[in-house]
Amino acid sequence: MEVRRPTIEDWDNPGDLVTINIGPSHPAMHGTLRVIAQTDGETIVSAEPEIGYLHRGVEKLGEHLTYHQFIPITDRLNYCSAIANNVSYEMAVEKLMGIKVPEKAQVIRMIMMELARIADHIVCIGILGVDLGAFTPFFYLFIQREEIYEIFEWYNGARLTNTFGRIGGVEADLPEDFEERWRKLLPNLKKAIDETDKLLTHNRIWMDRTIGVTAFSPEDALSWGFTGPCLRACGVKRDLRKDEPYCFYDQVDFEIPVGKHGDVFDRYIVRMIEMEESIKIIDQAIKIYKEFPPDAPLMAKVPKIIKPPVGEVYSAIEAPNGELGFWIKSDGSDKPYRIKIRPPCYMVYQAFPELVQGEMIADLIACLSSLNIIAGELDR
Amino acid sequence: MAFQAYGGEGWLLTKLEQLINWGRKRSPWPLPYGTACCGIEMMAALASGYDLARFGAERPSFSPRQADVLIQAGTITKKMVPIFKRIYDQMAEPKWVISMGACACSGGVFRTYSTLQGIDLVVPVDVYVPGCPPRPEGLIYALIKIMEKIEKDHPLRKKAAEIGIGG
Amino acid sequence: MGLKEDVQNTLGELALDFLECQGDLSVTVPKDKIVEVLTKLRDNLGFNFLSDVFGVDNSVFYEKLAKAKAKKKKGEEDKEEEPQGPPPPRFEVVYLLLSLETNKRLAVKIQVPEDDLVVDSVTCLWKAADWPERETFDMFGIRFKGHHNLKRLLMWDEFPAHPLRKDYPLEGQGEERILEYND
Repeated sequence: MEVRRPTIEDWDNPGDLVTINIGPSHPAMHGTLRVIAQTDGETIVSAEPEIGYLHRGVEKLGEHLTYHQFIPITDRLNYCSAIANNVSYEMAVEKLMGIKVPEKAQVIRMIMMELARIADHIVCIGILGVDLGAFTPFFYLFIQREEIYEIFEWYNGARLTNTFGRIGGVEADLPEDFEERWRKLLPNLKKAIDETDKLLTHNRIWMDRTIGVTAFSPEDALSWGFTGPCLRACGVKRDLRKDEPYCFYDQVDFEIPVGKHGDVFDRYIVRMIEMEESIKIIDQAIKIYKEFPPDAPLMAKVPKIIKPPVGEVYSAIEAPNGELGFWIKSDGSDKPYRIKIRPPCYMVYQAFPELVQGEMIADLIACLSSLNIIAGELDR
Repeated sequence: MAFQAYGGEGWLLTKLEQLINWGRKRSPWPLPYGTACCGIEMMAALASGYDLARFGAERPSFSPRQADVLIQAGTITKKMVPIFKRIYDQMAEPKWVISMGACACSGGVFRTYSTLQGIDLVVPVDVYVPGCPPRPEGLIYALIKIMEKIEKDHPLRKKAAEIGIGG
Repeated sequence: MGLKEDVQNTLGELALDFLECQGDLSVTVPKDKIVEVLTKLRDNLGFNFLSDVFGVDNSVFYEKLAKAKAKKKKGEEDKEEEPQGPPPPRFEVVYLLLSLETNKRLAVKIQVPEDDLVVDSVTCLWKAADWPERETFDMFGIRFKGHHNLKRLLMWDEFPAHPLRKDYPLEGQGEERILEYND
């Protein structure tokens, strides 16, 4: 059956179906998302997301900034895990120039990226809880996220928009007592994850609200271009950290959690397990880090003005939300000719009409939160 | 008219204004309008740790009709401008606006075709919080500034001038 | 290894040009054969995942290359004259493909001249092309034939220009959005 997509004109002649506009300013719509849904009773017949309310022209801006100047702009893509964006962009430029990053810098990047992954998942799960009426996990988790932000701030001076790393390495070594601080944070973080698990996972209301809601098949997910936790929740074992290893991910031991049904619960549980795996990765990475002498190089030899040769590369990493890629075309000058960002949640969100069709309105909110749509990287 | 008896610089009027200001000052219900990165820091300010509720902003009001302080945290794009303006218009008087973050204050790093170069181009702003993003302490400071501003306000005198009586 | 040969064998004459840069392979194919090419690559070579679709405005790029060439020529006059062909098409649409089995990536490019901005949509092969194609239309004005809902994605509907074109200024041309409310 062909489903007619609702438009703004439907306000005037609703017919039997009721058109509901949700957003762009709505408590449950994160940031600036908007969905126009047609409902039959409480069932969604069709939904049409509208995006672009946070389109800030990042790609155009990139063409007018030098390669180094663009790093702070990447912070503002997925602002929940800015470090992953920075590293992804830096790796793309390094690939374009053929720079090999010193190993110690790679380990530092890895540790920081995994911390960012934990912070990102905390935001996602915390907000998912709030949207479904569970406020307590939000508080439990956010205290620990605050601690992680303090580590970021301690390392490079900013809480949220870190501007981590430089093209060719990282700017500074980890502080001396980093491991001590991590050990201090670790039990609390584990406890918070554990408590959230106890509060939510086997909670009857939580199970009713999440299990089976907006289930998705792996074939559909791949066709829609899903990556990251949302794809893994559908049962596809794909993680760029394993499939196309970068940094030292091939030398650490970790599992990739895989769901079965691709529903909200699977997305939630995949993120929960990923946080635990990230803790494991950080522990092992610190061990690798300690093997390097304190005066090991942190920066590769990079010219002061970066002028990559003419060419185009695509480089992607596994950001907390999925495959975050940068396609850079250089014309040999000190500014990129074209930067294309491949944001993970952009691909996930375009499947939204198919995801929520036939579900209840309340499930639309649950689905949206579980996808972890970040408007900054969605609209760029 | 009830106001007539209290018009001018009357003693009772001043005290009543103080009473109103005292009430308003201690309960500035915010409308958290987080559009971008600053929204995350605003969430941190509302969550445990910083706890904006200590200053009377106990109830984040997601409906503009019941809010006093519009906290604009994040970029307003040109596509968003009409909606943002409408949200501001929907808020009941008296209302105040905090412009949180470089993007809201001036467009920040995004001097591009699609970004509004400062929300003060479309709505009046009371307090600007610079930073990209500002720390939660910055937002708390801005809220205290709003409270100070409310304290100095003359709600009844304004009302009297509005309906054309008193001095 | 040998991805280039594989692609060459699969596409045959459809592969017009190859470009290799730091291990990334991209192949240029004829514009009107894009659906055929992508189907072949998907079915024969296992490129079963579409990462992204986007446009590139190459007008300034060609200018710069020509300038650099002219500079070089001044230095060494004795080199043979480059043949002066018709100007290359202005736009390019790039399809980033990925093979989930072998983890190999391939970029497929088509060149779109300014006077014929219509390309066949690939939403019939991958649903993932839905929004990226809309965005390409929004940003470059390239139309996709067969797309079910081709309208602006990021800018509002009445927006008069295509912002990512190189002749559009970064700070815009003073466009403003006006919405009329009934109440």
